Amino acid sequence: MSTATTHDEHHHGAPSGLMRWVKTTNHKDIGTLYLWFAFIMLLVGGAMAMVIRAELFQPGMQVVDPQFFNTMTTMHGLIMVFGAIMPAMVGFANWQIPMMIGAPDMALPRMNNWSFWILPFAGTMLVSTLFMEGGGPAFGWTFYAPLSTTFAPASTDFFIFAVHMLGFSSIMGAINIIATVLNMRAPGMTLMKMPLFVWTWFITAFLLIAVMPVLAGVVTMMLTDRNFGTSFFDAAGGGDPVLFQHVFWFFGHPEVYIMILPSFGIVSEIIPTFARKKLFGYSSMVYATASIAFLSFIVYAHHMFTTGMPVAGELYFMYATIMIAVPTAVKVFNWTATMWRGSMTFETPMLWAVGFVFLFTIGGFTGLMMGVAPTDMQYHDTYFIVAHFHYVLAAGALFAILGGVYYWIPKWTGNMYNERLGKIHFWWSAISINVLFFPQHFIGLAGMPRRIPDYSLQFADWNMISSLGGFAFGLAQIFFLFIVIKTIKGGEKASGQVWEGAEGLEWTVASPAPYHTFATAPEVK
Amino acid sequence: MFANTLRRALCSLWGALVLLGAGNAFAGYSDTINLVKGVTDISHKVYDLHMLVFWICVVVCVGVFAVLIYSIIYHRKSKGAKPATFHESTTVEIIWTTIPFLVLVVMAVPATTTLLALEDTRDADMSIQVTGYQWKWKYDYLDEDISFFSVLTTPREQIEGSEPKSENYLVEVDNPIVVPINKKIRFLITSNDVIHSWWVPALGWKQDAVPGFINDGWTELSEPGTYRGKCAELCGKDHGFMPIVLIAKTEEDYAAWVAEQKGAAEADAAAATQTWSMDDLIARGESVYNTNCAACHQANGAGIPGVFPAITGSAIATGDMAGHVDIVMNGKAGTAMQAFGAQLNDVDLAAVITFQRNALGNSAGDMVQPSDIAAAR
Amino acid sequence: MSASNGGYYLPEPSHWPIVGSVGLFLLLGGFANFLHGGSWMVMAAGGAVLIYMLFGWFGTVISESQSGKYNAQVDMSFRWAMGWFIFSEVMFFAAFFGALFYARMWSVPWLGGASNNVMTSELLWPAFEAMWPTNGPGNVGGDYQYMGAWGIPAINTLILLTSGVTVTWAHWGLKKGDRTHLIMGLLATVALGFLFLGLQAYEYIHAYQELNLTLGSGIYGTTFYMLTGFHGLHVTLGATMLTIILLRSMKGHFTSDNHFAFEAVAWYWHFVDVVWLGLFVFVYWLV
Ligand code: HEA
Ligand code: HEA
Ligand code: HEC
Ligand code: CUA
Ligand SMILES: [Cu+2]
Repeated sequence: MSTATTHDEHHHGAPSGLMRWVKTTNHKDIGTLYLWFAFIMLLVGGAMAMVIRAELFQPGMQVVDPQFFNTMTTMHGLIMVFGAIMPAMVGFANWQIPMMIGAPDMALPRMNNWSFWILPFAGTMLVSTLFMEGGGPAFGWTFYAPLSTTFAPASTDFFIFAVHMLGFSSIMGAINIIATVLNMRAPGMTLMKMPLFVWTWFITAFLLIAVMPVLAGVVTMMLTDRNFGTSFFDAAGGGDPVLFQHVFWFFGHPEVYIMILPSFGIVSEIIPTFARKKLFGYSSMVYATASIAFLSFIVYAHHMFTTGMPVAGELYFMYATIMIAVPTAVKVFNWTATMWRGSMTFETPMLWAVGFVFLFTIGGFTGLMMGVAPTDMQYHDTYFIVAHFHYVLAAGALFAILGGVYYWIPKWTGNMYNERLGKIHFWWSAISINVLFFPQHFIGLAGMPRRIPDYSLQFADWNMISSLGGFAFGLAQIFFLFIVIKTIKGGEKASGQVWEGAEGLEWTVASPAPYHTFATAPEVK
Repeated sequence: MFANTLRRALCSLWGALVLLGAGNAFAGYSDTINLVKGVTDISHKVYDLHMLVFWICVVVCVGVFAVLIYSIIYHRKSKGAKPATFHESTTVEIIWTTIPFLVLVVMAVPATTTLLALEDTRDADMSIQVTGYQWKWKYDYLDEDISFFSVLTTPREQIEGSEPKSENYLVEVDNPIVVPINKKIRFLITSNDVIHSWWVPALGWKQDAVPGFINDGWTELSEPGTYRGKCAELCGKDHGFMPIVLIAKTEEDYAAWVAEQKGAAEADAAAATQTWSMDDLIARGESVYNTNCAACHQANGAGIPGVFPAITGSAIATGDMAGHVDIVMNGKAGTAMQAFGAQLNDVDLAAVITFQRNALGNSAGDMVQPSDIAAAR
Repeated sequence: MSASNGGYYLPEPSHWPIVGSVGLFLLLGGFANFLHGGSWMVMAAGGAVLIYMLFGWFGTVISESQSGKYNAQVDMSFRWAMGWFIFSEVMFFAAFFGALFYARMWSVPWLGGASNNVMTSELLWPAFEAMWPTNGPGNVGGDYQYMGAWGIPAINTLILLTSGVTVTWAHWGLKKGDRTHLIMGLLATVALGFLFLGLQAYEYIHAYQELNLTLGSGIYGTTFYMLTGFHGLHVTLGATMLTIILLRSMKGHFTSDNHFAFEAVAWYWHFVDVVWLGLFVFVYWLV
């Protein structure tokens, strides 16, 4: 039996074989599993996006039929959100948080394993719906009732349980992170000394614990409305289809911040490193993150401006929504001030981080425009929305993830990635993603609704350009797969410090980080 | 070297942003890259608000990006920049928390007045009930006793690409909604099945059609014209194929249209009292089937396994007549199968049922007359 | 707050999580399959695997705890985890309470024409008068009677409140090191828990058979059964956990300063108690 005190005699390195990965309780192994799972899901969800873009390449129905198109939209959204972005963030949390706060591992290592190993099963259940009679879920990732209750295919019940499983996984993951941050910090690592990435995840974990159960609640209501005769979303019984949207968005809006806050954290680690200057306004960054998290609970109905809410509600949600620009402004300004009068170099991670700041800001501003209720009456459910959320999610969260991988992969593998290839990957992605999503602002404003497989002729040109950008961006990520594998296989050896300007506990251990770090706690001044 | 590339890329990104604004000046372009300006007072208010917020965003964006780009260019190690040591300033933080807040207040004022105007449906001159169905719209003129469905007319061949696409591809319908100008019209919007959303961009708003509830919206047009829109809430398979065409007419033309509608209704009533031959029923039934049923049961009657049952070989469509009439007229609660008794007239019902029994690979050999349908109501 | 890391217990690789995942997958997938005419066997197998996993996993935890591997810091991790787990359960109930409030305060009045819904009432549901309880304008599920507060529900409130006291009383015993006192307290709590469940089962049967109040009785029936049902499920879980704690106490587990498992279950039991008070007020009393 091993305790940290007797651990020297037992495992110096990792055990081998497949069962190592299945049974592991090591935060680094589990982090790796999460990251690979997320990457595979990115490719699966991305392939579905390629189907969408191929069908929209020109007007008319060419590639798939309308029902399957809706399934692709739905599964693309679900897989990207629950399969790619969130697990990737948890992967970072697993690898980095214990190392950043000087802990020997996560607080509850066995539960940590369970959090991960639910995911492949949930993913399998979700994807298996594609092969069922009647097809997979085709009601959008927001699965509004009654399209998802009375009018949905039989496979919907499998979708519901897949969501339940994803929820269990996230809740356990979040509990683990909270316990780790509160209980496992090295002596001297006070809360206000924690790296910003840890802070953002800590706050994100509270968001997760608060909203994942609500998601579980809403899918449970769907389940009983579908199978057991309840009337949550049925007006004839005194319920209301719009109730679904309230409960869903109480989860859904914080959910988008669940995806962006850890991204903020990653970017806040990268920028000071390459500016060789401390992060500007550390404590205001922490407070801004907390305010964004708090506000996220009370703005959610900005997704519902056209549902016929009483006008007082619309006004309230409009005011609350645009308020989020204030704490987000603080973040953007602080990054800018960190770069200001720094001594910057632009290695690949920095490129992604800077790209993030630019593109996220654009996405944030379109969000602000949509927060203004009367204009959202026009924007709602058009490609303007699609452009908005891909700027904050794909050019935002995904860019932060890619930057984070380049930033920490030398620490994880002990090898430097190839700088030239990394830069090519960045520029290729940065340009193509704008070709992909910028024109979607235009077609959205001009009146193209989202979630349609075919469109009228005035949208043809921009859609074609967007699709071309999409294929290019997709290929760039295949290229990334190649870079990652190449780095794992070999490459220039990385030093422990890796980056000249990097600060923090994770850079004090060797690269690759030993299987067990900080078995004895480091002293933090 | 890549810093140059960075600069260039940022500039082109920037160019694109400016283009979006400048596009406004190029009337030809603004149709496809900026918000639809619309034809009503409200839509102009919304458009102006959109431009105001847009320009505020552009200005702030320019400011932030300028600072970023400046430091990217000049505060580089390769330029010999030495890192400064400052890392906080309460004054600065307070300033840049307050300024955005004030900017937001500036935006919120016109936003509030526009919203209040948009939602003020009082004192309307007439009301039209708009009901979404999978996948068509129904319009009931509450003061006129006129009621009809509006269905996409773009032929399958154009959608599948075997014929060239016409100008109004996917935004053309059989029965457009017709309204008079210079009248405040209130739309009472609801749905029969799932949530749809009624959206004509030129009016400046959209409103969800929620089953069991009525939402409202209003408009007052000043120019005759044809305005096209689409369903804007995912409502199932043919969400992309349920357009809206709204025609605004002068008051005289509108009155003429109303009279014509009422005439047509009388003609239909007369047709329902005749006895129809099998061939006539089947011929008429085919067109009724294609407009009303083919979206689900497919043009060839094969349905979509697991979602919509086949008509070909269906036990109901080849079995007892009463059962067939019943499901078509009353639908089946809790499924997508609607109660067509409330949607189609006696002749169309008789025709489509007869068609289903004797075509699409079925040959039940019997038929049903409009008078039988009337009796079954 | 952050204690020294020296000696923080890191468990060996374990197969229990993967067993749990397989169990969960079979249970839920089997259930969905069952809803569409499949056999119940997959679901049952999944349940069995899950139970096997719970015994195995908790068995490991108990033996690790008994052999003194857990120091104070580990104990603290468990406490944070249990606390936030209970919070997540609170949010799950919040979703259903939210649905209840939404129906009572918004959707039902709107269907009756309140706020901006005058036309909803006039055109769609002219005969409907908004009041609570209701099975909606469609009279879904047919006529029914609602469940009053002052019969079984009031008795059940007393039972649960008493059980909250007895479990605290048991805790005093444990802290004093008086095992008989502890066991008596736990026995009483478990008994009250199961008594509650028995009465609730009786109430449900009564509602179905005599009041025609069913899960399908519109929004009232829906919220009534979903809220009380999920609460009942949690009572079942809590009572089962109390039983296990009782058995462990009889086997001599727990000491006066090391008994996290006992406390966790007690917290859980108090949580179930508080939820019930909410139910009593909003589901039964204020009809
Ligand atoms: C990572 C995810 C993410 C993030 C961070 C955001 C951020 C924001 N979002 Fe977005 N949003 C989504 C993901 C995200 N969103 C998704 C997925 C959807 C669609 C869901 C669906 O329907 O499928 C959506 C939809 C959506 C809608 C609904 C639109 C509709 O359907 O009609 C609205 C409406 O208000 C909105 C608003 C906002 C706002 C105000 C912010 C703010 O947080 C942005 C704040 C940032 C800035 C404003 C820029 C930086 C600030 C400055 C540089 C300071 C200067 C500012 C001023 C002076 C004002 N979002
Ligand atoms: C969470 C993050 C996220 C990310 C990263 C993406 C990434 C992409 N998304 Fe999006 N998307 C969403 C979240 C995300 N998306 C959500 C939530 C919705 C709403 C769903 C809904 O309406 O319900 C949506 C909807 C959505 C739509 C609207 C669909 C509709 O309304 O009908 C479109 C259309 O262009 C689109 C495109 C893309 C593209 C091209 C990418 C690209 O970035 C993808 C890049 C591709 C890869 C990374 C994969 C690599 C490629 C392969 C493995 C295939 C190789 C083959 C070829 C290159 C041909 N997405
Ligand atoms: C929006 C989709 C939709 C449209 C439009 C539609 N149906 Fe159906 N129809 C269904 C569904 C779903 C069922 C299966 C109902 C069930 O579960 O029994 C069905 C069942 C039927 C059946 C019984 C078939 C069987 O064997 O069970 C007949 C007959 C039928 N429809 C006729 C029609 C006619 C006639 C029309 C047009 C006037 C029409 N349908 C339009 C969805 C539709
Ligand atoms: Cu009707 Cu979309
Ligand atoms: Cu939101």
